[in-house]
Amino acid sequence: MSTYQNIFTQVQVRGPFEEGLALPRDYKSPPSGAFFSRLLGKLGNAQVGPLHLGISGVASLMCGFVAIEIIGLNMWASVGWDPIEFVRQLPWLALEPPPPEQGLNIMPPLAEGGWWLMAGFFLTAAIILWWVRTYNRAKALGLGTHVAWAFASAIWLYLVLGFIRPIMMGSWSEAVPFGIFPHLDWTNSFSLTYGNLFYNPFHALSIAFLYGSALLFAMHGATVLAISRYGGEREIEQITDRGTAFERGALFWRWTMGFNATAESIHRWAWWFAVLCTLTGGIGILLTGTAVNNWYDWAVAHHFAPGLETSATYVGTPLPLPDLPPPVAPAVPDPGVLQPVVPDPAAILAPDGAVPAPIEGATPTAPPNGSAPSQP
Amino acid sequence: MALLSFERKYRVRGGTLIGGDLFDFWVGPFYVGFFGVTTIFFATLGTALIIYGAAIGPTWNVWLISINPPDASYGLGLAPLKEGGIWQLVTICAIGAFGSWALRQVEISRKLGIGLHVPFAFSFAIGAYVTLVVIRPVLLGSWANGFPYGIFSHLDWVSNTGYQYLNFHYNPAHMIAITFFFTTCFALALHGSLILSATNPGKNEVVKQPEHEDQFFREMIAYSIGTLGIHRLGLFLALAAVFFSAVTMIISGPVWTLGWPEWWDWWLDLPIWAASSGAAT
Repeated sequence: MSTYQNIFTQVQVRGPFEEGLALPRDYKSPPSGAFFSRLLGKLGNAQVGPLHLGISGVASLMCGFVAIEIIGLNMWASVGWDPIEFVRQLPWLALEPPPPEQGLNIMPPLAEGGWWLMAGFFLTAAIILWWVRTYNRAKALGLGTHVAWAFASAIWLYLVLGFIRPIMMGSWSEAVPFGIFPHLDWTNSFSLTYGNLFYNPFHALSIAFLYGSALLFAMHGATVLAISRYGGEREIEQITDRGTAFERGALFWRWTMGFNATAESIHRWAWWFAVLCTLTGGIGILLTGTAVNNWYDWAVAHHFAPGLETSATYVGTPLPLPDLPPPVAPAVPDPGVLQPVVPDPAAILAPDGAVPAPIEGATPTAPPNGSAPSQP
Repeated sequence: MALLSFERKYRVRGGTLIGGDLFDFWVGPFYVGFFGVTTIFFATLGTALIIYGAAIGPTWNVWLISINPPDASYGLGLAPLKEGGIWQLVTICAIGAFGSWALRQVEISRKLGIGLHVPFAFSFAIGAYVTLVVIRPVLLGSWANGFPYGIFSHLDWVSNTGYQYLNFHYNPAHMIAITFFFTTCFALALHGSLILSATNPGKNEVVKQPEHEDQFFREMIAYSIGTLGIHRLGLFLALAAVFFSAVTMIISGPVWTLGWPEWWDWWLDLPIWAASSGAAT
């Protein structure tokens, strides 16, 4: 009854290394280390390498190393060079952009965002050099440059967040800090400051494409695995000469939802969904604070958020006050016990559509238990 | 008939789970089957209830129509139709329709002689939905904890629920789920790009082969997972994103009721920091 569903590779067939193709151009990769990994072979190819590091690859890694060093050493310095505190507080540590009074000054004092600008410069250089690599390696192999242009869409979002929008706002202080929790705090206060980003239509589009990407990859990955007993993973063959594998895959979706892609077009859907996620996300960020100051107000003006006249019967409220006490705070919180929350009606059913004000000081920056950076 | 050129030879009897040959037919491109009938039943009834709810609600603005769950005072009981009962019935219809859809996918897979990966994957999405509107409300003791069915009202619910925990980005399962979502999108971009770049290589280039694909990724990042592996990886990433999304919500309330930033105090209080002067503060 049970059937092998091709979730992992049961028998690994191992030949000699694939050393690479004789390239049509003078780009032959120098043979560098390659090895087989039995564990990787369970899921995909067993062969690791050979890697090709050209000038752009080496330069990219060097720039990335410099950026991470600047960020890490600044974080370490912020805890007085205490190695234990560095590890302990690492998730809370930040390299912050320049303060607002520095505006767009590209030479602020090092301690007032100068290091941030330098880290950002080297990180951006690393990313752009890596983009050059995606372009050149594809050209060397005679492939299209689709990877490079998809990567460019992600770089667009990155540049909007850290470069283009700060310039349009006139201050580097608008940019995202480096740090694990600090960048989450930035995200949170960014939404609060501009009246709830959920009312930003481009944010909605970006999320739709993000979830859509997960949906598409689940559908596509599952379909190809389901038809792999007919050789469905040989997609290039199925594109150029359709076989029974993709006929069955296509009919599955046609019979399920009345519509099907083809072996090639599903990858165009995939490419556009993934690319549009960061493309629309970047547009949404760029419009925030530059063209639109409060997305809730904007939504009311464009009739997709409840104004005062309809909100009396409307369950949603744009923003509860974030400094409300938690709904139910048991005296001794025990994470191991199921504790039902009695929802605070004031937080959920607030009837008025009051316009949310920018929240001052909504960004916690110190570790929660208030431990100050220790002095050695 | 909306029949593809190669379709006729695949339209054969059999593979049904229930009902034998009774519902074993197609309508246009759609396969029906027993579960097609139940899908239609639940979807039609649910949609009609939503339209009814909109009709007795305050607005016909499609962005603002909202079918709200009952008030917390009804607990886990049934609510009157106009006070959350519609939401309860719509929820039942939705679960019935989603479950029927998954079982119909099983029948179609069997009919086509292919694996059951798609209904297996879809069951994760159903599981996430059931987690949000059944399991978590039951654990919290009230249907009021379900989310409202409306385009922007459900976003308000996400916003409000998140801020009940001060900053939801600190929810560890939320971090994992978002990481899987971003990684899925990233991997999808790479896979879509690679296939398109091999089959659309530009002027005066011939279509390339998996050897070229492998070599591209080996040169870029020292590893190419391969034609079969990328689909295993993509399916895993997408399902992990959905699974951890459900975990995100099931721990918010039933397990942890304070702000999520505070949850991380355990890390700062680990005994391993004892040697540090800062830990004593």
